This record gives sequence, structure tokens and C-alpha cells, in this order.
Amino acid sequence: MATPLVVSEVFKSFTMHLRDGIKLPVVNDVSFSVASGECVVLGGPSGIGKSSILKMLYGNYAVDSGQILVDHKDRLIDIARADPRTVLDVRRHTMGYVSQFLRTVPRVAAVDVVAEPLVARGVEATEARKKAAELLAKLNLPQELWSLPPATFSGGEQQRVNIARGFITSHRILLLDEPTASLDAVNRQVVVEMIAGKKREGVALLGIFHDEEVREAVADRILDVTQFSPRKAVAA
Amino acid sequence: MTDLATYNFAYLDEQTKRMIRRAILKAIAIPGYQVPFASREMPMPYGWGTGGVQVTASIIGPEDVLKVIDQGADDTTNAVSIRAFFQKVANVAVTTHTKDATIIQTRHRIPEQKLAEGQILVYQVPIPEPLRFLEPRETETRKMHALEEYGLMHVKLYEDIAHNGRISKTYAYPVKVAGRYVMDPSPTPKFDNPKMHLSEALQLFGAGREKRIYAVPPYTEVVSLDFEDYPFEIQKFEQPCALCGAEGVYLDEVVLDDKGGRMFVCSDTDHCEERREHGHAGAMLAPSKEAAE
Amino acid sequence: MTDTPLLKVSGVSKFYGSRIGCKGVSFDLWPGEVLAIVGESGSGKTTLLNCLSTRLIPTTGSVEYRMRDGNFRDLYHMGEAERRFLMRTDWGFVHQNPVDGLRMTVSAGANVGERLMAIGDRHYGKIRETASDWLARVEISTDRIDDQPRAFSGGMRQRLQIARNLVTHPRLVFMDEPTGGLDVSVQARLLDLVRGLVNDLGLSAIVVTHDLAVARLLSHRMMVMKDGHVIEHGLTDRVLDDPREPYTQLLVSSILQV
Repeated sequence: MATPLVVSEVFKSFTMHLRDGIKLPVVNDVSFSVASGECVVLGGPSGIGKSSILKMLYGNYAVDSGQILVDHKDRLIDIARADPRTVLDVRRHTMGYVSQFLRTVPRVAAVDVVAEPLVARGVEATEARKKAAELLAKLNLPQELWSLPPATFSGGEQQRVNIARGFITSHRILLLDEPTASLDAVNRQVVVEMIAGKKREGVALLGIFHDEEVREAVADRILDVTQFSPRKAVAA
Repeated sequence: MTDLATYNFAYLDEQTKRMIRRAILKAIAIPGYQVPFASREMPMPYGWGTGGVQVTASIIGPEDVLKVIDQGADDTTNAVSIRAFFQKVANVAVTTHTKDATIIQTRHRIPEQKLAEGQILVYQVPIPEPLRFLEPRETETRKMHALEEYGLMHVKLYEDIAHNGRISKTYAYPVKVAGRYVMDPSPTPKFDNPKMHLSEALQLFGAGREKRIYAVPPYTEVVSLDFEDYPFEIQKFEQPCALCGAEGVYLDEVVLDDKGGRMFVCSDTDHCEERREHGHAGAMLAPSKEAAE
Repeated sequence: MTDTPLLKVSGVSKFYGSRIGCKGVSFDLWPGEVLAIVGESGSGKTTLLNCLSTRLIPTTGSVEYRMRDGNFRDLYHMGEAERRFLMRTDWGFVHQNPVDGLRMTVSAGANVGERLMAIGDRHYGKIRETASDWLARVEISTDRIDDQPRAFSGGMRQRLQIARNLVTHPRLVFMDEPTGGLDVSVQARLLDLVRGLVNDLGLSAIVVTHDLAVARLLSHRMMVMKDGHVIEHGLTDRVLDDPREPYTQLLVSSILQV
């Protein structure tokens, strides 16, 4: 089975120049991989660095050392070293990200927010909008909201727009940062089914889920982030 | 003749004339291009045609026959005094007949009579720069001419149409000369613009205060700027000249009384007189003529 | 992902006597990419922008631009006529103060139409139609087409300036603090509009701003400048979420919320 994502010996710390340059280690020696069709869930208490790992993979945080290898258009790209343009291209075509919060763009309708990643990949606008509508329907977002900008939506509604936006493309790698945090049971179940669908399509998924029920339902493997924690290293 | 001894022929000294002739030659070589020259103080105020007078003074010879018109008329103050000036300082022959003149100095008109090869028309120009009211910086307008950046000219015409439904500019209507330089034809009515195109006569333009000379050599293309869907048009007059009955000429409105009475007469006085001499009569003349008979 | 940059900047430095305007700036700009140059007043960002847009000739360095025919040309060795033609067709320049980029005494329609007339359009009806399309695109009511920008609000003027620049479908637009003098609510609307236009038209843009929120919303990539030097350069969200340099951390921590 293909392994589109390999993380190898990644170290990350923050240097706080404004506080006398103190160095806050975040994670040490992170190594793991995610195979196609697999859903790996990052486990461990909060503050241990789960979100930081996702952000490094997405190129959102820089890394101190190590490699983050992504199979992008039949080439291996090291996100840790890639130039911004390559990272953007990886995001557009290979690696998707569903964050906890929707960064709302004022004045753009929900359906267009969802369709945008497809349009960015060159899909025709009406086609993309059609697919966006299907996803929003699946996630039970009331149809009268589709044409409105999501800025005024409730947390749960925004989250569903966000999920639809993340799931609309056929990215080979999908990073999920608590996508079900503010959803009710019915919609949580929809998301669980959507994740199962992605797995069947051979997508490599890496996520953070605090909801135990969801975690049980989607995880093939739980990766305990505590092992990468520098605090553990100090304790030992 | 004693007066003449006081001045060099045609008032200007020979060095100055040579300088101006060089500017004229350059202007002829680059049709429509404004050539700077060291304009002299003349014994008349700016605005009275000091540029035209210097050009005329530099090209006139003892054998020339001079005609001077102001808005088409030979008998207005400006025309009379410039004519008298050259009679005095150059002792040349003068005429009011367009066809007899070798040099015609004009303020704001082109004669109705078609000019012929060998004749020179000298224009008095107040502001030579056609882009001046759109772009106040001289450095910038020179650059615009050099790089042939004339979009702004059409912006002005666009504004005219947007606000008036047509190009409302009626005088000093910008032209493109020999397909290259945009030129201000001096404040002649746009009615006269077509006369400049492929004219057999040499046309020289002098701006004294602004110190510029430019030229249109004989048989040069002079095209009035316009839009495809708003083509250049000249003024049309509803009635013929009230004195000579001429049609297709430029008319002046003359107010006759304080009761709204008015008439339209030829702006070109020589043309009008000549027609009347040949027996043409307009509405205002006809009855009195009959009465006389 | 095209494999040729639109602009290749190498070693651009500008000195004012012994004082540094900007020093040793090199980067490539790719088609469809928006680059933000951030930094405080006096950091050299505007000097750099002026050098890149050939409004200022740098002391050393070169900038190559890929023309529409696919060939690269060194901007500083181009003739002035060609450079000016480039600037009014394939480039746009949006000034912070719209008064610097507009003709205040001619109508909005003529402001937008000027570039078209400059490249030889001579059909009044078509020019007007295009101008009115562009006014609509920048959300100015088309019944204002014959009004002068003097009668427009700051936000409208700025939108008009943008329309005036985009009418010839430039491939590269320079923006100097495009939201600088505007109220916050007006800023948001303008940013939205610019963002939409940049996406729709696939424009490349170089945006100078001291406002990190502007950089976040508009740009893919950003450069942080201090004392004439580029001190940090990277993906916009990386620079803002994980700033590395002390000065960048100071900038990011100085704003309330990005």
C-alpha cells in the first residue's frame, strides 16, 4: 500500500525573542507515516503538541530539523524545506486541511466557500457549486443558508461549511483538526461516514479527535504524541 | 524712408532672423513638432501676435505682398496695426486680396479662398501646447509628444461627448500632423481644420510668449482627432451670408439692435467683398440694391 | 503550476548617498502569486516597490520581466517608451492616495477609459461600455460614470483607481498601502474586492503594507523588511503564525488580532 506521508525525526521549538529569547521545545524526534486508506489519530492530553504537528505538516509552522515527505505529483516533496510556492501547490493538489474554525471570508456565499478549492484546481464553477451543494445537503446545512456568507452562522454551521470545504476535493492526504468539535450527534455520524468514504477512496487521513466515540469509529491506529514530548524526555 | 534707416529691414536684426529661420526649417522638417526659439521683445504686447510677427519678419522679402487678417477681417485693429507695422519697417506691398498675397499673417482664421502653392500662411498662436490644459507640466507634455502618448487628447474628447452628447470643442480643435505629432491649430474655428489638410501653401505657426514655432509643410496630412462613432464634423450654418449670399463659408453673428435683430455675415471680409463685386447679394443687400435701381 | 516566473529580482539595492534605501533584495514572483512586503515606515518597502516598478532606478541589481511574448527583458535597460507602454498596459500601480493615481477633474468613465484610449481604442461607445462594466465590477454604481472622482468618497476613489488600472488586463499590479487612508469598514470591503479580482483574473501582485491583516488576507507569500533589508521571507501564514525573527515576532505581537 502506498504511503503518501512520511514524517521523520522532526524537532520543533519556539524561540520567544520578546521574552529574552527563551526556547520552548514543542516536540522532539517525531517519526511516523500514514498509508493510503488509513486514518491515524493523534492522541495524548491537550497541550502536548498535536495541533503543532498538523500545522508543521501543512507548512504552517516551520520545523527546526527533520523531514516531512509528501508524495506530490509523483515527486517527493519535503515540506520542511520546500519553497512557499511548492507548499501552496501541495496544499492545492495533494494535502487538504480541515481546521477547527472557519476563517470566514466576508461577502462570499457558503456554497462558494465550499466550492472554492475545486475551482482553484480548475473545475468549472457550476460543476464545483453542484458538488458543494451535495456536500452541504449531506451535512444537513439548511438550504436557505447556502447562498449566505457564513460569517453570521452558528459555530456548528460554520464547522459544517468548513468540513464540506475540506472534503470536496480528492486530496490524497487530509489533515483533520477536531472537525467534529461543535457538531451534534447526527452530524458527527455524517462526518464519520464521510471519513470512512475517504478511506475507501484511498486517502491518507491524520486527525485530532477529542470525542472518544468518533475516535473509536474512525481510527485505524492511535499515535500517542506523548512519546514526542520534550517534557517526557526531561522526566526520563 | 528716414524711419527705415532707424531699423533693420523688417525690424528684426539679421542674427535674430537667422535664428528664427533655423527654427522654421527645423519645424518644417518635423511637421507638427514645437521648436523652441529665442522669442524677442516686439514693439507690441504679448497676445497681439508677437510670434506671428517674428515669423513674418524673418521670412518676408522686399518683393513679398503681405495680407494680414484678424478673425477673417482685414480691417480690425490687430490686422491694421500689424499691416502698418510691416509697411513701415519693411516697406513691402500690402493687399487685402487673398489670391494676391504671398504671405498671409492670420489671427484665428484661414481664408475661404483656397491657398495656392508658393503662398505662406503665418498663424499667431497664443498657447501652442495642445496637451496643456490636460497636463500642466511642460516636462511631462514634452515626454508625451516624444513617446507619442496621446491618449489624454481623446480623454478630453470623451469628456465632451459624455457631458454634451457630442464633441463640443469648436475652435483650437486638435489635429494629428503627418501621422505623428498632435498639434494645436491655434484658435481657428474647427470649420477651418479641413483646409489645413494637404494644403498647397506652407503653414507656419508662431507663439511669441511661449517661444515656440511649428509648421505644416505643403501637401501634409492633417487629421482632426475623433472617435469612430463620433466622427469629426465642421460647423454648418442654416442661412447664407446676409451680404453676399455665400454658402459653405464661416459666418459671424452680428447683432443689429437691442430688439434681438441679428444677421450672419462672412467672417472673411475679402471673400465677401469680392463676391459682392461679382454681383452676388445676400438677403440684407438685395432689397436696398433693388431700391437703388 | 507554470515553470517560469513573471519577475526575477536579483540583488536590488538603492542607496541615497551613504544611507540605505533597500539592500540586496532578490526573489522571483510567479504568475498568479501575491507577494506582500511588510515593515514599518522607513523600512525600505516603498523604496523597493518603486525600484521594482521602475519608478526609481536602483543603485545596483537587476529586475527581469517576462513580456507577453514569453521573453525576459531587463527593466532597467529598456527604453523609456517601451517601459511606459508596459506600465500602462501590462502593469498596474495602485497608489495609497487615489489622488495620485486618478485624474480628479475628468469623469469616472474617462478615468477608466484613458488606458484604452492610450492604446488606440477609438470607439466611444465601446470605451464607455467597458468603463461601465469595470465600474460595476468595482461596485461603483454605473450612473456615476459621468461624475468626477472629486465627488467620490475615499473608498470609491480607491475602487475607481483599481478599475482604471485593471481595464487593460495587466498581468502584474503594484499596490502601495492600498487601504492606507480608509476607514476600517471601508478597508474590509476593498480588501474583499481586491482579493476577488486577483483570484478571478489570476493577477500577480506586489503589495506594500504595514498592516499584517492586509498581508494575511491578500498575499500568498510575504517579505518582512527592516532597515532596508529583507529579514524574513516565507509563506504568509507561516510567517504570521510562526514568526522566526525577533522583529517579526514584535510586529506580529504588536497587533491585536490577525
